[in-house]
Amino acid sequence: MGAVSDDQTLVRITAEPLSVDEALAFIAEPSSGGSCIFVGTVRDSDADGVAVTGLTYESWNDVAADRLREIANRLRDRWPIRKVALLHRTGDLGVGDASVVVAVSGAHRAEAFEACREGIEQLKHDVPIWKKELLATGEGHWVMGA
Amino acid sequence: MTIQVRLFAALRELAGASRVDGEGRNAGEVADGLAANYGERFAAIAAVSSFVVNGEPAARDTPVAEGDEVAILPPVSGG
Repeated sequence: MGAVSDDQTLVRITAEPLSVDEALAFIAEPSSGGSCIFVGTVRDSDADGVAVTGLTYESWNDVAADRLREIANRLRDRWPIRKVALLHRTGDLGVGDASVVVAVSGAHRAEAFEACREGIEQLKHDVPIWKKELLATGEGHWVMGA
Repeated sequence: MTIQVRLFAALRELAGASRVDGEGRNAGEVADGLAANYGERFAAIAAVSSFVVNGEPAARDTPVAEGDEVAILPPVSGG
């Protein structure tokens, strides 16, 4: 696994609103010719089309941050990318709020796009974070993921 | 023999606590013991959960002993 210095990777699990600007500013650097950023937001319906009023995210914080760092390392092993930012929000979110930000810079667009896509896929499978959907009916249920 | 157990999300809500005491010779037995107390829904989720023992990824048959910490992780759904 490639060694990563802290100034190349930003990971954060936070109850505070996520800043896309902060992620973009972090991954910017002179040798980068392309930045790709994925922003996951709270959707107003669940997988069955039932109206959703919000989500609550719970995280095992310390382990989740370690897993995010491992994902960044794996992306770096696979693509010649420059900087990576992996941010995930916890707590109560409303429709439209950003729950996750994956940002990658590279010398060229191809590695930025591919690493960003792989980053969000791995994040959804490997990181101990869970979402509870709050439905318009007043019910709430934990989503069972991968 | 007391095992420290950490619970998250649906399992935490069903147990009413994020940390409980458990018993068993391996991680799976600890989960089964809790499922007997907390009901069918807990059992169904525990059956598809993964385990972390003392901070390391583990399996149902990973041995545990007094003082160990077992985390039972429902299928994750971040993103």
